[in-house]
Amino acid sequence: MSNQTFLPENVAISKLDELANWCRKNSLWPMPFATACCGIELMATGASKHDIARFGAEVFRFSPRQCDLMIVAGRVVMKMLPVLQRIWQQMHEPKWCISMGACASTGGVFDTYCVVQGVDRFLPVDMYIPGCPPRPEQLIQSVIDLQEKIQREGTLEGREFRTEQRQEPKRSLVELPIVEDPRKLRERFAKSLA
Amino acid sequence: MATDLQSVRQRERGYLPLGSQHALDLARDDERDYIWTLNFGPQHPATHTTLRIVLKLDGERVIDALPDIGYLHSGFEKLGEHLDYNQYVTITDRMNYISPLANNVAWHNAVEKLMGIEITPRCKYLRVIVCELARISDHLLCVGAMGLDVGAFTFFLYAFYQREVLYDIFETLCGARFTNSYTRTGGLFYDATPLVIEKIRTFIKRFPATLDDMERLLYRNRIFQDRTKDVGVLAKEEATAWSATGPIARASGVTRDLRKDEPYLSYADFDFQVPCMTSGDCFARFLVRMVEMRESLKIVEQAIENLPMGPISVGIDERTALPPKEQVWQSIEGLISHFELVMTNRGFEVPNDECYDAIESPNGELGFYLVGDGSDVAYRARCRPPSFIHFALFPKLIRGHTLSDVVAVLGSLNIIAAELDR
Amino acid sequence: MAEAATLESLQDHVGDLVVSEFRGATRVVVPRELLFDALELLQRRGFDLLVDITCVDYLTYRDATDRFGLVYLLANTGTNERITLRVFLNEPDLIVPSAVPLWEGANWLEREVWDMFGITFHGHPDHRRILLPDEFTAHPLRKDYPLQGRGERHNFPRLERGEA
Repeated sequence: MSNQTFLPENVAISKLDELANWCRKNSLWPMPFATACCGIELMATGASKHDIARFGAEVFRFSPRQCDLMIVAGRVVMKMLPVLQRIWQQMHEPKWCISMGACASTGGVFDTYCVVQGVDRFLPVDMYIPGCPPRPEQLIQSVIDLQEKIQREGTLEGREFRTEQRQEPKRSLVELPIVEDPRKLRERFAKSLA
Repeated sequence: MATDLQSVRQRERGYLPLGSQHALDLARDDERDYIWTLNFGPQHPATHTTLRIVLKLDGERVIDALPDIGYLHSGFEKLGEHLDYNQYVTITDRMNYISPLANNVAWHNAVEKLMGIEITPRCKYLRVIVCELARISDHLLCVGAMGLDVGAFTFFLYAFYQREVLYDIFETLCGARFTNSYTRTGGLFYDATPLVIEKIRTFIKRFPATLDDMERLLYRNRIFQDRTKDVGVLAKEEATAWSATGPIARASGVTRDLRKDEPYLSYADFDFQVPCMTSGDCFARFLVRMVEMRESLKIVEQAIENLPMGPISVGIDERTALPPKEQVWQSIEGLISHFELVMTNRGFEVPNDECYDAIESPNGELGFYLVGDGSDVAYRARCRPPSFIHFALFPKLIRGHTLSDVVAVLGSLNIIAAELDR
Repeated sequence: MAEAATLESLQDHVGDLVVSEFRGATRVVVPRELLFDALELLQRRGFDLLVDITCVDYLTYRDATDRFGLVYLLANTGTNERITLRVFLNEPDLIVPSAVPLWEGANWLEREVWDMFGITFHGHPDHRRILLPDEFTAHPLRKDYPLQGRGERHNFPRLERGEA
């Protein structure tokens, strides 16, 4: 005789961690840190055609004290980065970060003197969305993936944030040498082709 | 409040997190201690992304406003000196990202003027259509966001739904919802297929109904009128003195529209009117944009019905646009032209001179000052950004109004942060 | 396209100009000492819209004689004329009179030229940086400043998980 026959229908048994994860993942309230063009796609995702509220991201609270998911949508400039860090610090644990778009993930098309080449150099990021700008469906897919990640790895007290892998400082990919004049680079290649 | 910010700054050690010393000095040195300082932005729902204004308030009344910009400065003009003319069009998309096609058209108009190329009639008509659809898209977002900021959420959703329809048209035409990079030097990227023309015709039929709905929501709405009438009044002489152009100047009585005064592309062929008002307040700017959308729809209708046949890019004699593949594979001139354009260290010839060309973008006069140096990379690509010039008006417009008027005025000025900071 | 009458009056009043035309646009090169007089004269003759103030760094330009070229674009809203005024500057005296007394719109445009190129505008009411942080020391649009910068963009602390 299994235990299940003794339980009425309206009772479920689960681990506390899984319950907490289920609650947290289905009510991720985004903090839209919209800086540029990705911000428009973020607004479009929140509008009626692709509705992100279906996935629990009901309210786009602009106050960091009331959010748990920061979506960095758009390029982050060196003047804006301290503001971004300050807002990240103001959010309560547990908190997650989605870096939306090419500019937030790696600097995108803007490899210039003022754009930060990837927000993950200065903030811990959980999800990266490629695209310039990513379609709203991609943003929704990343929220779904983040929900799966939370369900898989989350704990009630947030122990998953203190693991070794999460604390390791991220190294960037190959640090490209600063080329003073890319046109000279092109000339060098042209000679090798000729 | 200023001392708190200062101690925070000292803790951060080295980097000033929240803006200029000048703003903090202004706040601290004021002897009247009932004046308080409010930091508006750069992360705030109503600052249309990354603007910061330091407001000095007496209760709710704004005594002074100090804009602090640069939170999205990405080095566009420096990039213009390293990317060639056809690559830079992708960057121009990211300037006024609400109407990227207008920026593409402005950029390539300037490049073709510098090079002295005349584009084909079909290309001109398509560029006009795309520019006007971008104008409708921009105005929809501007009035929608203005409505949202003063509290009208349904209005915003109606506007956004129509923008989704426009995104669908743009996606069918050039493959991307926005950030299209549709124009190329000497022509366009893709031609308009019959499907696109059908979609545009459907849009022309259905859009006026939405505009009527939007008008019914807000035109005679007492709350909206109270929040926007006589708020942020800009007089006619001040508009020209502060270099305002576009709907903001037209709402103040300056009857200047580059489409009529200095016709470019094929605007001279179309019959349309330019709305102007004299009151110069937020409500006037709102009305000018609403009526401009109807006029733009008229232009699109006339252009679609009279779209000339023919190639969209200039011929191979000009040696600027990639020739169609049939020519490349079947004639030696086509092959040579393709080779000359695509291989490294070749590309097209640009004169060693400078010129300026502007279009009437949805925000105002958007122009590019280009300095060519013979190669296909610009020596200097300067963008004359209407949002930057209009944001300088903000302190003047807001003095004496209340805190809640800040959002109304900011919404009516249509400041796009990427164009503001470049 | 500026009319001959405007150019004539400019020549009479100010003198010592180099006028050229390219693609329908009239460009006038003015020496620095006569810049403010030229701008004032043009404003009196009806050029009431200051379209743009910008600068070009001719450091690596072929056949360039001066380093910086300040460009003033003006338009007449009444007659739809346009005219381009150019002033050539060289280091070390990169200082011109400010156009703010004539057009209020010049305020932010001149601040941007100072920020990006380092040209001082004498008499400007609020002469400080506009787009870059105040602590930034270089003038980035000059040709001797690299595109990727000199490390200012990554000079920040990193935040880890569980830290505040």
